[in-house]
Amino acid sequence: MTIRRPPRALHPANPARRHFVQQLALGGAAFALGSAPRRACAGALEQQAPQPGTLAGTDFDLVIAPTAVNLTGHASIAHTVNGQLPGPTLRWREGSTVTLRVTNRLAVPTSIHWHGIRLPADMDGVPGFSFEGIAPGETFTYRFPVKQSGTYWYHSHSGFQEQNGPYGSLVIEPAVERNVAERDYVVMLSDWTDLDPERVFAILKQHSAYFNMNQPTVGEFLRDSSALGVRGALQARAMWNRMRMNPRDLVDVTGFTYTYLMNGLAPAGNWTGLFKPHERVRLRFINGSANSYFDVRIPGLKLSVIAADGQDLHPVEVDEFRIAAAETYDVLVQPHEDRAYTIFAQSMDRSGHARGTLAPRPGMTAAVPAVDAVPTLSMLDMMGAMGGMAHDQPMDGAMDMGGMFHAHHATTEYGNPGVDMRVDMPRTNLDDPGVGLRGNGRRVLSYADLRSVDGPADARAPGRDIELHLTGNMERFTWSFDGQKYSQARPIRFGLDERLRIVLVNDTMMNHPIHLHGVFSELEDEHGVVIARKHTINVQPAQRVSYALTADSPGRWAYHCHLLYHMQAGMFREVVVA
Amino acid sequence: MRALAALAALIGIGCQCAQAADSAPPGARSPDYSGGLPGEHPRGMDMPDDAAFAMLLVDQLEAAHDNHGDNSQFLDAGFWYGTDFDKLWLKAEGDFAARHVDDLRSEALWDHAISPWWSLQAGVREDSAGGPSRTWAALGVRGLAPYWLATELTGYIGESGRSSARLQVEYDARFTQRLVLQPRLEATLYGKPDPQREIGAGLSSTELGLRLRYELKRKFAPYLGLAWRQRYGGTADLNRTAGNSTSEMQIVLGLHAWL
Repeated sequence: MTIRRPPRALHPANPARRHFVQQLALGGAAFALGSAPRRACAGALEQQAPQPGTLAGTDFDLVIAPTAVNLTGHASIAHTVNGQLPGPTLRWREGSTVTLRVTNRLAVPTSIHWHGIRLPADMDGVPGFSFEGIAPGETFTYRFPVKQSGTYWYHSHSGFQEQNGPYGSLVIEPAVERNVAERDYVVMLSDWTDLDPERVFAILKQHSAYFNMNQPTVGEFLRDSSALGVRGALQARAMWNRMRMNPRDLVDVTGFTYTYLMNGLAPAGNWTGLFKPHERVRLRFINGSANSYFDVRIPGLKLSVIAADGQDLHPVEVDEFRIAAAETYDVLVQPHEDRAYTIFAQSMDRSGHARGTLAPRPGMTAAVPAVDAVPTLSMLDMMGAMGGMAHDQPMDGAMDMGGMFHAHHATTEYGNPGVDMRVDMPRTNLDDPGVGLRGNGRRVLSYADLRSVDGPADARAPGRDIELHLTGNMERFTWSFDGQKYSQARPIRFGLDERLRIVLVNDTMMNHPIHLHGVFSELEDEHGVVIARKHTINVQPAQRVSYALTADSPGRWAYHCHLLYHMQAGMFREVVVA
Repeated sequence: MRALAALAALIGIGCQCAQAADSAPPGARSPDYSGGLPGEHPRGMDMPDDAAFAMLLVDQLEAAHDNHGDNSQFLDAGFWYGTDFDKLWLKAEGDFAARHVDDLRSEALWDHAISPWWSLQAGVREDSAGGPSRTWAALGVRGLAPYWLATELTGYIGESGRSSARLQVEYDARFTQRLVLQPRLEATLYGKPDPQREIGAGLSSTELGLRLRYELKRKFAPYLGLAWRQRYGGTADLNRTAGNSTSEMQIVLGLHAWL
């Protein structure tokens, strides 16, 4: 096994290290020394720093074990990979074959899923579909050829474990690198709670607004009343009140319990990546969180987005981008000044942030922006295209509805207590950055900006459409496709080598990042033209998004919302390619 | 027995109505893309999408001091266990005064979701203390009405042709994320008098409450409030005869908590 030492930047000089240790109670990750299983640690992993180490080569030993951590000021137990949170960055090379021995030192079965990696179904790491899972004390050996390059990640696909720490980044070096950079850092964003994730799920079932500390208040109503009059304030709320929907219901689990991490460090831990002025710095952003969206920016720097979900893009320059759970974005920046820059990743509901620093020298900091105002969902998010019209122009009978997409609801969406709304005319435009980012004065990435360098994987036109609706009941906290939870639904069958289209319509007021295992999801624009290869497609509230795929990998695959608590509530399907 | 059969029929009608109110149009598509694949789910995929959960809710546990100088205590608590759409609900509501139970209403109900915001509740109710005990069959709805009004409306059929209905409506007005003012209305009606329990026919009592709670923890909120309890008609007459008051204005201090 070859071992790549982490770049120098990951070894802060001693004074900085001392300073860091002093800050542990402020939210750094304090791992019990010696708790890392050394034998399996592939040797020379650095004990000193909680930043993810890097393992490179073709042969890896990974151990999932309980590890004492302190990320919040309170001692807790994480499930780590090789004693680290996140687990080690694994560097593979396109064209090689990798062997990964994963040992389970937990008391319960576990698994590792290689997110976004094209591999045989029995190597995909989904218990029940790919294999039986890894029993306590056992080792499972994964072995598969690496046929792609870019930034990906891995995580446990068992129960609620993903919330607890068994996740890490994958960097696959391409045969030919299109984007040369002097510095290359993984920036893994995640969410941590000291609560048992099963408890989090139970709380959401008991009281779905438990974690929402941004609920509308009487004070806001009074302020609106003085601005708009009482009648105006009531009108603004009428639809929401009649529908019993909360326009501040943006995410289910918030900073009320979450500490947001950047490479395993809380904001006070200040993960730092070093650079020399004028160097090109590649930042591989991965949203490895269980249930969070982040809006990422680096004040003072333009972000050149060069890859999405591991696939190279025609670069697009932005100030900010939203990253859904499980997505990855590679960004190139070139800081010219000899100063520190803050990497700021605020959660979509503004209940907290992850933060790190790019700096010429260790220990430097830059100003950390305040989080933006708490966003409020609009009629667009409730009614799709109809809401957009209500917003932009007065409704009149002469309006042309011809170009609009009419959703086809499933029979199981009717008379179903698990479906609290249906959108008849979802919006189809991809150029909306999403709630909280609209018109914020910054250039924000949207799906309309994505253009993969590699075009469609298959020149054939899709032979059929499969329309699936994302459904749920926010109040009861139930989540499903077409009103059917996983346990109520039959598998979805794709013919082997079939080229088809999936049309997703979001009949809820939440964002859902939908992940199809095994094959690429080739995002289409609203005219059905493939624009970008992805593995996780975010669908905004009341939006229709379509993507093409070629079912060239036989077997049983998982297909689900990558918000952990939605998936576990049943927003999940089995896909059988045969 | 007849009452139970009637109850079962009413439940059936309720479910049918809820379905009919939101039935699929003729053009709705099938959700089945299985191409004939069998639907059994593999072991090892431990998805808790149909798991049962439980909740213990002490909605009100309070001490009251009224305008006649009397002290009393009041409990309104519930417990549920079950899946997303089918739950067992246990409820208890009791009045206590001078260290004895004045009145205790207990219910055991099956709670079945019939629409996104409404559940049908059916089961039995037992009134104990404060007179001879009474058993009722219960059928009602519980849910969230438009404008976020948490509502319970239940009808009861008892022995000897007794009938009753109860309505409860609550609203949470949030001043901050932790400070919540809750207006609450409760009204009880009876079909025929039951003098042994000091109940007359018609609207028998209402309670109008205004409670300001502070969520020290999300699950633990002490409150301070006002409650106006009023008895009407025959119920008021029977209470007067027994030397009880028919109207009280109370200051209440209590706890709202759940697990």
